[in-house]
Amino acid sequence: MLNNLLAASRAWGKRNAEMAALPFLLVGVVLLLSVAIEITSEGNVHFLSVENFGAMAAQIPELGLLSLAMMVTMLTAGINLSIISSANLVGVTMAITMLTFGPGAASAGLTLPLIVLTIVGGLLFSVLLGLFNGLLIAKLKITPVLATLGTMILYEGLTLAITKGYVISGMPEEFLVIASGDVFGVPYALIVFTVAAVVMAYVLQRRPFGRQLYMLGSNQTAASFSAVNIDRVILKTYMLSGLLVGLAAIIMLSRFSSANARQGTSLLLVTVLIAVLGGTDPDGGFGKVLGLVMALVIMQCITSGLNLLGISSFLTLGLWGALLIGVIAYRSYRAKNPGNRPKSVSA
Amino acid sequence: MSDFIAMRHVTKNYAGVQALKDIDFQLKRGEIHCLCGENGSGKSTLIKILSGVVKPDEGSEITIDGRVFPHLSAHEALEQGVRVIYQDLALFPNLTVKENIAFQSFSEKGSPMVSWNQVEKTARGAMSLIGLDLDLNRLTGTLPIAQQQLVEITRALIGEPKLLVLDEPTASLTRKEVNALFEVIFRLKSRGVTTMFVSHKLNEVFEIAERVTVLRDGERIGEYVPSEIDHKKLVFLMTGRKYESALPSPVDPLAPNLLEVKNLTRNGEFTDLSFTVKKGEIVGITGLLGSGRTELALAIFGMTVPDSGSLLLEGKAIKPRSNSDAKKLGIGYVPEDRLRQGVIQAQSILDNMSLTVLEKLKTTLGLLDKQKMKTDAQTWVKDLQIKIPSLDSSVKTLSGGNQQKVVLSKWLATNPKLLILDEPTIGIDVLAKNGVHDLVKKLATKGIGIILISDEIPEVLSNCHRVLVMQKGRFVHELVPGPDAERDLLENFNLS
Repeated sequence: MLNNLLAASRAWGKRNAEMAALPFLLVGVVLLLSVAIEITSEGNVHFLSVENFGAMAAQIPELGLLSLAMMVTMLTAGINLSIISSANLVGVTMAITMLTFGPGAASAGLTLPLIVLTIVGGLLFSVLLGLFNGLLIAKLKITPVLATLGTMILYEGLTLAITKGYVISGMPEEFLVIASGDVFGVPYALIVFTVAAVVMAYVLQRRPFGRQLYMLGSNQTAASFSAVNIDRVILKTYMLSGLLVGLAAIIMLSRFSSANARQGTSLLLVTVLIAVLGGTDPDGGFGKVLGLVMALVIMQCITSGLNLLGISSFLTLGLWGALLIGVIAYRSYRAKNPGNRPKSVSA
Repeated sequence: MSDFIAMRHVTKNYAGVQALKDIDFQLKRGEIHCLCGENGSGKSTLIKILSGVVKPDEGSEITIDGRVFPHLSAHEALEQGVRVIYQDLALFPNLTVKENIAFQSFSEKGSPMVSWNQVEKTARGAMSLIGLDLDLNRLTGTLPIAQQQLVEITRALIGEPKLLVLDEPTASLTRKEVNALFEVIFRLKSRGVTTMFVSHKLNEVFEIAERVTVLRDGERIGEYVPSEIDHKKLVFLMTGRKYESALPSPVDPLAPNLLEVKNLTRNGEFTDLSFTVKKGEIVGITGLLGSGRTELALAIFGMTVPDSGSLLLEGKAIKPRSNSDAKKLGIGYVPEDRLRQGVIQAQSILDNMSLTVLEKLKTTLGLLDKQKMKTDAQTWVKDLQIKIPSLDSSVKTLSGGNQQKVVLSKWLATNPKLLILDEPTIGIDVLAKNGVHDLVKKLATKGIGIILISDEIPEVLSNCHRVLVMQKGRFVHELVPGPDAERDLLENFNLS
């Protein structure tokens, strides 16, 4: 029994070399942080506590959704730098919609329909913002970094123009339930993320679109010679990225009960870090949802842990940058020195 | 002529694998010597030992001009005048021609400044040795591959070269460029430079070599004079197997036309092309690179749109606007550049094989049927006799011949009526080549119409029912393979 389990896990590690180290890393991080926090706080605060896990679970969904939105584009050897500014533009638009029509709807008893409409509209709008990215990349052949850097600034500019730099706050109580409510102690937001992650895993591994996405990420020319409609796959990819951003925007708006043009801009780097740490190849073609989720949990543990240790969040940001460089450097070192991987078969 | 270089008892072990077993190998001054052998026969190792990149095992001995070395360092090899030009050129594409040729003379004479006059003089001098005339200030990366190769040869001529080793120099050259390269080799020969030439194209070996050394599985099989052996014998020596190439089985004269091409024109690419392909027929198209043959293939495959003319498939007019249209109509295309266009090297064999048929592999839920995907792929592996470690291995672990079979299986899976093969055996060694040829002929007997594009004349002549010759975007000749066909093509169209 135990032997079978070991053999199975070894086989899994072989098939998923790019994320095989993550479970060990996760255990290591948790152990290290538990002990460190236990010592420094002299037993007043615990890392392994319901409160702390609750706090972490609350922060995972939006970061997870944004990381998924980043990852799908990276699989195609692209990137989406506009995820945060898209989320803010969508959030602000939804906030204004609800504030404008809220009082009227409330007096007519139509608050819930308004919220549903806002959510649907927000998701559609977010998909459109993604589609715009896709059009720039697929049709105008602008490289993804520049295209999404452009839209990042464009969307942020639009949001600033709409808000004039102010924070828009005061969402209806019913809307705030999305972030604060739970079933059997599991927050709604976490359920949304879990469902999104599972669906994404299936789409990537088991839908024709998913396989095409990986293949064109590795070699766009060969994929196009294999009768893959490259433009369509790229458009779908960035629309999917937009949809995930939209879900994140809803959860963020609900959590903060407010929206502004510069919410969470430092998360952009973190989503790239999570994707790469989780085994997504920055050059495209490789990466799995499971790896991303593990990396997400590891990152969240480190964030919470450092916070409990009282380390400045500015320093943490610097640490993320260093970690990102470290992970990418390690990957390229491994690519050059494959070690004892299976040798090529000669003719 | 005395031996200029003599290698004796050269042995090399790589972690238990014997790459070279007690090899004796001689080069005479000023001769043109071909090294023949299949992939993995030890050719590359021998070249690397000669150029000082690889150190042979104890007991090996290399004599150059009477000086005996137990092994060479890269520096000693250079000093002794050994210059190697590998298949993957080592040029700086974003530097000019003169910089590429003469970059060693940048820092000469202790001056801190680059003497551009000196650089230009050196470059021009070296180019004149082989009668090359290129714009010195052009960026090297913008030159056609053949001229880039000549730039690299020119660079090798600086200093005192005595031996030029060319590793598969003609793999990406057109026939005309090959002729130009051969002329350069003859010029160098007249200056006393020895050339060692490695090629998979055996007709070129017979054309240029004065002596041939054959290696097989790390052993020296022997040294031969080309005029004393023939093509078949050489293949036998290289592979250790007798191979009888069967002609394609005859086409049923009553078989209906599968494809009719009528006056097809795409401005600047090809003009007024008309031909037919019957069910089960293999039609060869040959002509120099740039004659418009690949462009024709892309138009039939829907990747470009012709300006005028028409296409009929099984009697019905078709207008494929994309290659997915073409795929749905039953047209498949195996592209000429296997590594960039054919396979997705980093991805698994399974994913490569199923890429064209993902839609067919869906279950009712719209998810891929992984089990069917695997069993289908396994069937192709068995049918086409593809040698793979496992379906999950990446394609880059396969040899060229097996990679090409993966590309073929990807298209066979779509159940095509018409298959266009563009240079299907380029860079593949002899035995694997024959494997691909047998497969093509077998497919034709199953009723698939095949267009075989190749600039290797023996390939089209021994595998096609009819051959069309293309020049400057037009068909200029049509012939049925026969005893005089090769001479006919050689004399009338300057093809080999």
